Amino acid sequence: MIRALLAVVNRDLLLARRQRGDVVNVLLFFIIVITMFPLGVGPDKDTLRLIAPGIVWVAALLAAILSLGRLFALDYADGTLEQIMLSGQPLSLAVLGKITAHWLMTGAPITVLSAAAAIVFDMAPGPTATLVASLLLGTPSLSLVGAVGAALTLGLRGAGVLVTLLVLPLYVPVLIFGALAVDRSVGGLSAAPWLMVLGALSLGAAALAPWAIGAALRVSVE
Amino acid sequence: MQAETIRPLKFGLHRFAAPPEFYRLAGRLIPWFGSLAAVLAACGLYLAFFVAPTDFQQGEVYRIIFIHVPAAWMAMFIYAVMAFWAGLGIAFNTRMSSIWACAMAPTGALMAFLALWTGALWGRPAWGAYWAWDARMTSTLILLFLYVGFMALHGAIDDPRRADRAAGVLALVGVVNLPIIYFSVQWWNSLHQGASISLTRAPTMAATMLEAMLVMTLAFWMYSIAASLARARAILLEREKRTGWAQQAALE
Repeated sequence: MIRALLAVVNRDLLLARRQRGDVVNVLLFFIIVITMFPLGVGPDKDTLRLIAPGIVWVAALLAAILSLGRLFALDYADGTLEQIMLSGQPLSLAVLGKITAHWLMTGAPITVLSAAAAIVFDMAPGPTATLVASLLLGTPSLSLVGAVGAALTLGLRGAGVLVTLLVLPLYVPVLIFGALAVDRSVGGLSAAPWLMVLGALSLGAAALAPWAIGAALRVSVE
Repeated sequence: MQAETIRPLKFGLHRFAAPPEFYRLAGRLIPWFGSLAAVLAACGLYLAFFVAPTDFQQGEVYRIIFIHVPAAWMAMFIYAVMAFWAGLGIAFNTRMSSIWACAMAPTGALMAFLALWTGALWGRPAWGAYWAWDARMTSTLILLFLYVGFMALHGAIDDPRRADRAAGVLALVGVVNLPIIYFSVQWWNSLHQGASISLTRAPTMAATMLEAMLVMTLAFWMYSIAASLARARAILLEREKRTGWAQQAALE
């Protein structure tokens, strides 16, 4: 079973390596969205430092949503998804593999980039570390919960807008706890409780989401 | 359709899972629930406007509570009921459960919207602002988004059976998330010193106020049932338009 999981992860990573544009575009999107905020809010350093965690988190949410489109769509279009479903391996396992690959391509690089964003916004080292840690713990649940939306809207007209409508309300807890953790750290308090909650959310999502995604995929593919 | 070939048990409730039976039963129940809602609303409004005392802090403005609180309660309650039926529809593949869930969603969304709207109207005189990022307001807004998402997903899929199951999965995911959203929003707000007064009222609430509120809640409840039944009947006719009984029922 582990072999099947790794095979799915490897395959998706290989496909992404062959089509680098898709992955890189999402990261560029993340950077560009962040760049827009100072232009809109004004270059005042104190204001920007105050809202930086929120900006980075919202940009991460939007980038995660944007990248959901290609999570199942390509496999659905060329029939690979049906083959995976017929392969005899549990569908939730294959789904978990695909989400792991998706996270490695979006959540992980976004986490790294967020450190650069924190420097641009003149954040102190402590809060910067908390921001990176909160994204590291929080982005897996973005991929997991988002995949439910992606599976539900597979092959529909206007799936891109619809998935945003479905998934963003479900992202609220991750956004709140992520931003709270950094806020705490800026105030000189320990961010550990909120980081633990973020980790708990990710673990809970990892336990429950694959079943929902499997059910949604079966509905969408038949 | 299978309904004609399988002989339903005579006294089993599940014979109402057959569309023609449900259609007939719903038609008979709607006037009852509808008139019950009207009578209760009349009593509740009388209690609310003429019997309940004026609040010594907020004056007459507080009377909006008699619409606001029942709407907010129903918005949450309907979501739970809707998710229950949607889950049943997925688990047992019963069409009527999914139709019933689908019929409830617009009423739930209406209740969430009413709660927000009356809340805004109340907030203006009480807090001096139509909207504050208060924990309860924000979580009700997100509840409204979940209803809208459910309806949007259902509307985006052409095949009704597929739409039922996809929307059902979404409703179940939402019901797992709803408590998490609710508490996260509460914690989020408790750290930011909000400009708003807490919505938790003084524990000494006049008994008549409470009575009026409960009667109004019952009225809203009965109305929700009547409206959902009417909607379920319409959905049923639309989906069964090729069957004999539905064509006959539509003519009547």
